[in-house]
Amino acid sequence: MFAFIIRRLLQSVLVMLTVALIAFALFRFVGDPINNLVGQDTTLQDRQKLRETLGLNDSVVVQYWRYVVNTAKGDFGYSYMHRRPVKTMLLERMPATLELSIISILLALFIGVPMGVYTSLRRDGFLAKIFMSISLIGISLPTFLIGIMLILLFGVILRWLPTFGRGEVVALGTWTTGLLTVSGLKALIMPAITLALFQMTLIMRLVRSEMLEVLRTDYIKFARARGLSNRAVNFGHALKNTLVPVITITGLQLGSVIAFAIITESVFQWPGMGRMFIEAVADVDIPVMAAYLCLIALFFVVINLIVDLLYYAVDPRLRVDGGGSGGHG
Amino acid sequence: MAMSASSSDQALLSVRNLRIEFPTRHGTLVAVDDISFDILPGEILGVVGESGAGKSLTGAAIIGLLEPPGRIARGEIFLEGRRIDKLPYEQLRRIRGRQIGAIFQDPLTSLNPLYSINRQLVETIQTHLPLNDREARARALALLDEVGIPSAAERIDHYPHQFSGGMRQRVVIALALCAEPRLIIADEPTTALDVSIQAQIISLLKGLCHEHGTAVMLVTHDMGVIAEAADRVAVMYSGRIAEIGPVQEVIRTAKHPYTHGLMGSIPLIGHHVDKLTQIDGAMPRLQEIPAGCPFNPRCEQATDRCRVERPNLQTAQKSQVACHLFDETGRTGVEARAGE
Ligand SMILES: Nc1ncnc2c1ncn2[C@@H]1O[C@H](COP(=O)(O)OP(=O)(O)OP(=O)(O)O)[C@@H](O)[C@H]1O
Ligand code: SF4
Ligand SMILES: [Mg+2]
Repeated sequence: MFAFIIRRLLQSVLVMLTVALIAFALFRFVGDPINNLVGQDTTLQDRQKLRETLGLNDSVVVQYWRYVVNTAKGDFGYSYMHRRPVKTMLLERMPATLELSIISILLALFIGVPMGVYTSLRRDGFLAKIFMSISLIGISLPTFLIGIMLILLFGVILRWLPTFGRGEVVALGTWTTGLLTVSGLKALIMPAITLALFQMTLIMRLVRSEMLEVLRTDYIKFARARGLSNRAVNFGHALKNTLVPVITITGLQLGSVIAFAIITESVFQWPGMGRMFIEAVADVDIPVMAAYLCLIALFFVVINLIVDLLYYAVDPRLRVDGGGSGGHG
Repeated sequence: MAMSASSSDQALLSVRNLRIEFPTRHGTLVAVDDISFDILPGEILGVVGESGAGKSLTGAAIIGLLEPPGRIARGEIFLEGRRIDKLPYEQLRRIRGRQIGAIFQDPLTSLNPLYSINRQLVETIQTHLPLNDREARARALALLDEVGIPSAAERIDHYPHQFSGGMRQRVVIALALCAEPRLIIADEPTTALDVSIQAQIISLLKGLCHEHGTAVMLVTHDMGVIAEAADRVAVMYSGRIAEIGPVQEVIRTAKHPYTHGLMGSIPLIGHHVDKLTQIDGAMPRLQEIPAGCPFNPRCEQATDRCRVERPNLQTAQKSQVACHLFDETGRTGVEARAGE
């Protein structure tokens, strides 16, 4: 168990170092950082001095290491554009993105899994066929189109929901939440649905096909032959086996939901990190871009780690054999 | 046809004129065609036959677990005189495990990998018996002891992957015995196992059923297993029973030409043979079962009559044989037409 965690941790660190290298390379190869920091009229000597104080004359390796250490401490430098610490900017924007992403993935899970289970158990049912048809739409329509259609219908025509922004937010310490106000919740509905729809159909289809697969296995047939109730067989035995791969996919999807929130945030002008990244790209604001890159990578790595541990908790086959180690309920 | 009369009073299980069909786009396939047999309390009935003869389907039909589109098209199944083939799903479910246990071929895939042995045993016990968690666990432990799992108290909380194939099949047997069923349907319980432990599992099964008075329908490819364990044997061919009778009689004086071929060489138990066929040719596919006797293309004694008229089971000594060679001379006057 410990060896497993240590190994995964080491792998994670390696991934983060690689991402940091890419982020670091952004600074090195996209223009001269000094040009981005000083005005046109700064003298050559002043530039040279700045170089020295910023450590830009040190060797690449030393600079890279300094970058890694700073990044690990959460010090991402200053935004070229806004002249503010990138860390502060990220912290301001993070709650919006995380709230949107997590609500979306929960939505996708709590609707997608039951729909998947239903369609697999009632394969030939009318409702199951409708679900499957709807899921085709969810899978094939691009996110931004769904967003724009929702805005058109509920925002412009019906005027039920706001078409942009986060509504009123409440500050809980440094975290600003939109989940505690009516206007915040209303503002969340359309972006969350937009972002969730694709994941939802993905999860539903995955659950359906996994479940159908599991229902064909010998141990399900044997469970029926032992006289277990349909409920025990379908939900106790089949669903649990279905959820093993679903956990993995959903976990990995959470990472991409956070990353791909960019599109949804742009459509709904959601004040999250994704939109900040888009703005940073337009402004060639390297520190912001680099910080976003590292942060998203960190999310991916942490989520992966959690998924692995969950997987490990669910599937006894992954636990080390013998020595009564399988003895935990 | 008279059903109450044909279900003999002392039989534990009576299968009468069972016919199993698969509707397909190209017409209906008949996989089991008009078979009848009884299993007496405590008796082990061996069922042999080539792959595709309909052995597993018969077993599945008895416990009500035929997979659609397969369906019972005709016939009746009685358990202790009570007709069970038309029971609603929920009532039949309560019979499964409680009155009819099942053992499948592959112990490696019969157990849910995510649950401990204890959990799977306890859940089965509590489905059928009014025991609390503590009592159910005690019973589970006793069962594991009984099927010969060494240091069961330690092993009970282990997961399936921590057991070997033979040990897993012992667990499967324990699961089938959870509620002391009167009948166990064992579909090739040793086929997937290492030859060195096949004999152990068979003698365990035989011993347990003897002690508990449990009857067994023992499906196997292995005539050695039949000779070792069964009281009576049914030989199936193309979805029909070719011959059924006491095991010694069928082995020593096989009557049906097909059984004759099967008995050509009876391997010792544990010596694995993949195919039962010592006869030229192969069993026809369902779409190609010939008229008359299904065995006629391979039978050296076939006559013209065998190609048009289906033989019905005839009594010969203590056995019953479906072969025109054993028709009482002159027959009973009834022109039984093949399969109707
Ligand atoms: N879903 C299905 N559709 C069509 N035919 C089927 C289906 N399932 C089984 N059959 C046919 O029914 C026949 C009997 O199958 P069954 O599984 O009972 O054979 P078996 O005697 O158990 O053979 P084996 O020794 O290989 O286990 C086979 O010919 C098989 O092809
Ligand atoms: S009925 Fe005819 S073909 Fe069939 S086994 Fe008997 S002799 Fe052979
Ligand atoms: Mg079979």
